[in-house]
Amino acid sequence: MQFSENWLRSLVNPPIDSEALGHLLTMAGLEVEEADAVAPPFTAVVVARIVDTEKHPNADKLKVCKVDAGQGELLQIVCGAPNAAAGMLVPCAVVGAVLPGEFTIKAAKLRGVESFGMLCSARELGLSEDHGGLLELPADFVVGQDIRSALALDDIRYTIKLTPNRADCLSLAGIAREVAALTGEALALPAIEPVAATIPARRAIVLDAPQACPRYCGRVISGVDARAPTPEWMKQRLQHSGVRAISALVDITNYVMLELGQPLHAFDNARLSGAIHVRYPRAGETVLLLNEQTVTPAADTLLIADESRALALAGIMGGEDSGITLDTAEVFLESAFFAPAAIAGRARSYGFSSDASHRFERGVDFALARLAIERATALILQVCGGQAGAVEEAVSPQHLPVRAEVRLRPARVRRLLGIDIDDEAIAALLSRIHLVVRREGDELRVTPPSARFDIEIEEDLVEEIARLYGYDNIPAVPPQGALQMLDASESGRSAWDVRHLVAARDYQEVVNYAFVDEAWERDFCANPDAIRLANPIASQMSVMRSSLIPGLAANVVTNRNRQQERVRVFEIGRCFERKADGEPVTGFHQPLRLAALAAGPVHGEQWGVPARNVDFYDVKGDLEALFAPAQLSFETLSHPALHPGRAATVLFQGRRIGILGELHPVWVQRYDLGPAPVVFEVDLEAALSSTLPVYREISRLPAVVRDLALVVGQEVSAARVSEVLQAAAPAIVRSIALFDVYHGKGIEAEKKSLAFRVLMQDTQRTLEDAEVDRAVDALVRNAETTLGARLRG
Amino acid sequence: MDTLDQLVHQAAADFAAAADSAQLEQAKARYLGKSGSLTERLKGLGKLDPEARKSAGAEINRAKEAIEGALEARRVALREAALLAQLAAEALDVTLPGRGNAGGGLHPTSRTLERIEKLFRSIGFVVADGPEIETDWHNFTALNTPENHPARSMHDTFYLEGHDDVLLRTHTSPVQIRSMLAHVARHAELETMPEIRVICPGRVYRVDSDATHSPMFHQVEGLWVGENVSFADLKGVIADFLRKFFETDDLQVRFRPSFFPFTEPSAEIDVAFMSGALKGRWLEIAGCGMVHPNVLRFGGIDPERYTGFAFGMGPDRLTMLRYGVNDLRLFFDGDLRFLSQFR
Repeated sequence: MQFSENWLRSLVNPPIDSEALGHLLTMAGLEVEEADAVAPPFTAVVVARIVDTEKHPNADKLKVCKVDAGQGELLQIVCGAPNAAAGMLVPCAVVGAVLPGEFTIKAAKLRGVESFGMLCSARELGLSEDHGGLLELPADFVVGQDIRSALALDDIRYTIKLTPNRADCLSLAGIAREVAALTGEALALPAIEPVAATIPARRAIVLDAPQACPRYCGRVISGVDARAPTPEWMKQRLQHSGVRAISALVDITNYVMLELGQPLHAFDNARLSGAIHVRYPRAGETVLLLNEQTVTPAADTLLIADESRALALAGIMGGEDSGITLDTAEVFLESAFFAPAAIAGRARSYGFSSDASHRFERGVDFALARLAIERATALILQVCGGQAGAVEEAVSPQHLPVRAEVRLRPARVRRLLGIDIDDEAIAALLSRIHLVVRREGDELRVTPPSARFDIEIEEDLVEEIARLYGYDNIPAVPPQGALQMLDASESGRSAWDVRHLVAARDYQEVVNYAFVDEAWERDFCANPDAIRLANPIASQMSVMRSSLIPGLAANVVTNRNRQQERVRVFEIGRCFERKADGEPVTGFHQPLRLAALAAGPVHGEQWGVPARNVDFYDVKGDLEALFAPAQLSFETLSHPALHPGRAATVLFQGRRIGILGELHPVWVQRYDLGPAPVVFEVDLEAALSSTLPVYREISRLPAVVRDLALVVGQEVSAARVSEVLQAAAPAIVRSIALFDVYHGKGIEAEKKSLAFRVLMQDTQRTLEDAEVDRAVDALVRNAETTLGARLRG
Repeated sequence: MDTLDQLVHQAAADFAAAADSAQLEQAKARYLGKSGSLTERLKGLGKLDPEARKSAGAEINRAKEAIEGALEARRVALREAALLAQLAAEALDVTLPGRGNAGGGLHPTSRTLERIEKLFRSIGFVVADGPEIETDWHNFTALNTPENHPARSMHDTFYLEGHDDVLLRTHTSPVQIRSMLAHVARHAELETMPEIRVICPGRVYRVDSDATHSPMFHQVEGLWVGENVSFADLKGVIADFLRKFFETDDLQVRFRPSFFPFTEPSAEIDVAFMSGALKGRWLEIAGCGMVHPNVLRFGGIDPERYTGFAFGMGPDRLTMLRYGVNDLRLFFDGDLRFLSQFR
């Protein structure tokens, strides 16, 4: 909502400056977003008449004008504007004037001819971008008058951001009422007298849908001159409120809407036939709107129709072929109340909005229609002439909104706001905004006015009281509550702990969009049934991710494009999958996952370590460190995102919690990912578990260490060999650790050698050699029989 | 024949001339070895008469002690020299960088969220979490925003293809509802429900994208419900939080009337710094208000008995203000040159 400060001050004029006025509105909940001067500063520009023009003797495009600027004698001014003509009234910057941009006007010689001032275009005064010629002023302006006062340029255009509950402030009158309530200043709304009918012309009105339109006022006005100029004062108020002046009839309906808040519509009465109906559409009906859009109204879109056709979308926009033109001589003026529920969302569904629908869907004062039509009629007669018929008012009283009394308990006001305010003060505050208050025992009963659609329950009143009392005046107190310590479980850790652990392994956290390119989702997740957005902002953000990995891969691309070869990133975020019995939202599984990716050199630029690219085991080490001291286990895996020979399922406490592997060479090449990135992705929930340490006695007796090198087939996994050794280990074996993997010279091509260090110890006694030998034998024998292993010679 | 004094003097000179321990041992042999000059003198003692032998022997022994002393001193000196030489040879360029990697870091918004959590935990708030694909009911209806409510046009909502009743949550407020319902169920048997003090951080979605809007961004919702929670308490908590978060008292905080369907009275919270680049400008930082009675009812709570406040703020914006970042899109771009500045 934009409005002119001068216009507002004509209705209520508190003794505060513009800045304080803006602050007052903002702090009352009418947030001032902008407060722009309607014209930049300039001085000594006056209304002047061009008395005579002559061709410049030395320049084809220049004219030498004799100008009456009200200074007694005529000024000679050289001017290049094509429209400069004798008789015109124009703005004239006299010698000594300072124009926008600190441009000072001096007496000068132009191509040999003296010039004492400058005639101005709208752009030169910073009023618009119009540079087509001199700004032509209305003929009734007084020569010599300062242009700032003639055009009321010392004005501010406020832009306020109104919240949807404050429809009552979508007008100058509404804002003025608010300012009067806040400052105690007197309110001076224009007096509106009914215009008596002087002609019998009338048009019947039928409310076919009285729930949606319980009141409709209409009136015929004949003999109007639609080409009459809009008065300058009205133009200025409109323009200074952000509304373009168009033609007298349009300007008047806009003016009354801005002034009172009642949207009006003017039909060309000659283009209507029979009674006006306010009804829902019939099958196949279309309406050509004023914005040149043809719509087929939905069944729940209310129409204004006559007896032959649909004319307009009620409360939204008029129709092109029933609206007024410059040739209109007879107007049918509409001023109606449409129920918010009947208008809400409709304009949006056709892809536009209008000032009328904006107001009706929020709530227009349902008692205003007649007053507004009288106001508009008076202005039309004043500006365009003509004669008015009687106001035809169709009303369905039982369908008009009801303003029920609201119960207000002053004690609750004090409790909710935490302020000490007595009952009388509460009643006084509410009365200031025209609420009717009466006492009933300890309580108050409050009736809101018809302009307020947002006062139905006690809290609505508490809000008004808080606003009028002043949010600034409510104290800020440290709250009191029952002190109770929060849980701090040691067998779990927070996502923050996990983030810091992963970051400490040299990964940078990223936050990627949850919607991704469908191609990535298909390639990396083989997801043919992705969860698709109905209204994505871009095609590469059209499906919900089922894995964090594509996003991390995209981070590689982003960074490689910016010469960053070494990329180590991680994310904790939600993934989305379809799942019929998903919790807590049926149909969807939305787990939080942790994923990390490393690509490029294993170290940053380094002198002390041989350069190499990160590999599977580097990232596996990072993953294991994250879970340590708990042990993860791994199984080979086939996954669309991953290299078939370098991919593993991650298991934690026997559960599959994620995947680990090198990205598939096909994707690495297709998406230009550089040296193959290695990734892991696990359920965050698993990474959040941690175990309470359990103490075990430390043996004071010497440990015995034996190394075993076992030769097994290449296809046998290290985990399998460890498992077989563990299975045969007697109690004295404390640990079996793999410390070497070898294949090459001395080992058959299809074999490999795995070396294990076996540590044996007892807490009670020193081990005997024979016992140690028996234990080692048992391990080796089990490996021989189960895996066909042999001891390496 | 040399006198013993000359001999001692000579030995000390020879030892000093020895450049290493091998030369020193050779020099030692010349005096103290089997046929060393001092050994020879000792052997000569036998030829002397007992009186003379006694006094000569004592003199020779004194000389021997002196030579041995000189020898030991030279040995220590040589060892020290050798150690110094070794240490000098082992010297490193201590300015070469250490081996290994510096470590990564958290996302700037994560830093903010972690601090927000810490600050609110310190006054007894717990952290709650909720789904990002949310039901229309939790996101709108239960938050007092029925269909066609004008407030719904304030959110440009992402919907899912083929689903009318679910959407990408437009705010973290639905977690309020989930928290209330869970809390009420947990304490159903108690006469008086313990207070709810919860914050709900998370990602939210709106159809919007420019330098200050991202289609996905973060929010933190806060909720305090109890028997005597007032708007004055809300002001107290928020003002305290903002001063602690920005680590300054040099900060003005104002509450400005506003409208949200799920709170009443509602307020926007603006801050203005009293110094720095943003000095004197009011910056919108959060929305808040007293929980609307309809919302309490949807959460299973009797609004006559309990009251509460809720607030929602944008941690991305707080992060931008705190670190002076001017483009929100940088947060979601994954550019390491940007992200690594927040380690």
